[in-house]
Amino acid sequence: MPEPKNIEICVLRYHPEHDPEPAWRSYQVPCTDDMSVLQGLQHIKDEIDGTLGFRWSCRMAICGSCGMMVNGKPRLSCQTFLRDLQPGPVRIEALAHLPIERDLIVDVGEFVNKLEAIKPYLIPREPRTLAEGEYLQTPAQLERFEQYTSCINCMLCYAACPEYGLNRDFIGPGVIALLHRYNADSRDGGQAQRQPILNAEEGVWSCMAVGYCSEVCPKQVDPANAVNQNKAVSARDYFLRFLAPKGAAP
Amino acid sequence: MNLDGGVPRPFVRPMRGWWRRDPFFVRYMLRELTAVAVLAYAVVLAVGVVRLSQGEVAWNGWLAALRAPWSIVLHVLILAAMAVHAWSWFQIMPKTLPMIFVGGRRLAGATITRAGWLATALTSIALFALARWWQS
Repeated sequence: MPEPKNIEICVLRYHPEHDPEPAWRSYQVPCTDDMSVLQGLQHIKDEIDGTLGFRWSCRMAICGSCGMMVNGKPRLSCQTFLRDLQPGPVRIEALAHLPIERDLIVDVGEFVNKLEAIKPYLIPREPRTLAEGEYLQTPAQLERFEQYTSCINCMLCYAACPEYGLNRDFIGPGVIALLHRYNADSRDGGQAQRQPILNAEEGVWSCMAVGYCSEVCPKQVDPANAVNQNKAVSARDYFLRFLAPKGAAP
Repeated sequence: MNLDGGVPRPFVRPMRGWWRRDPFFVRYMLRELTAVAVLAYAVVLAVGVVRLSQGEVAWNGWLAALRAPWSIVLHVLILAAMAVHAWSWFQIMPKTLPMIFVGGRRLAGATITRAGWLATALTSIALFALARWWQS
């Protein structure tokens, strides 16, 4: 087995009970070719400083817990390998734009509230009894929303969105992508209930079309597409209300 | 110590200078800046319309000003900015459109971008042809 080489990992640390603001701390970590950034952090926590705080769970880019800024880019730390960041130093901080609770742990409360608000579940277009059988869908109907189902709520897109950083009331790319996932589903009939969220100032109209959210998405959800195609939907909804006063969301 | 009534307070990092933080943001700001060049050229054309309404002498004066060296330099700069503007606009265009299906298959983003350039080329050729026809 090859000898591990050391790599310097700098972490932005913050413990609100004694730090007025976050500060960088440096660690020397033995690094092998198969080590992810997450494993580097686990080495620091297990061997050097047990007070380091960070979230992780699956280690296989599916739980969405371990998002952080790695050398300034929003990344899943389990999916980012130290060998690609040689010779270092590797700078790690909590996801940008989100409030830091402790070290690499961000406050996800706002995100969860927004997610709840968009009713992220199927609201059946028409009620069916079990005897009527399953809802049928063609492959073309599936393709209209399938990519948006891949979202793992990792919030990398929020760390990539300067509009969210400037105005944290913005619903944001991830939640709008999930909203669109249900609106675009042929089985769903909840668009009229979700439309006011899209139409609001903090909805799609806050997006400046930077497009970085889609670049950093580890699941190719393309949230920028979900947000921007709903600008047209929102504009149509606005003008149609003059023709059909009872609200004529298509 | 960063406590709010004994409760640890989350730290919100400042956004000052955010657009310098990542090359992607710098390119975005450049794209937005080119909109100023589009505005500048609209102003040049609007001045032409005003001068036209003021009679032949004013109109000829505007035409002469367009041929001045500083005006040529300005036009070259605006043309370059317009090219960047068009390039960045066609790059982001697939993100702004709903999914397009042709023959049951989804149209790729790169195809939409290329279609934008094709439309630009065709309209530019048509415009030059019209100008030539007008002169002859």
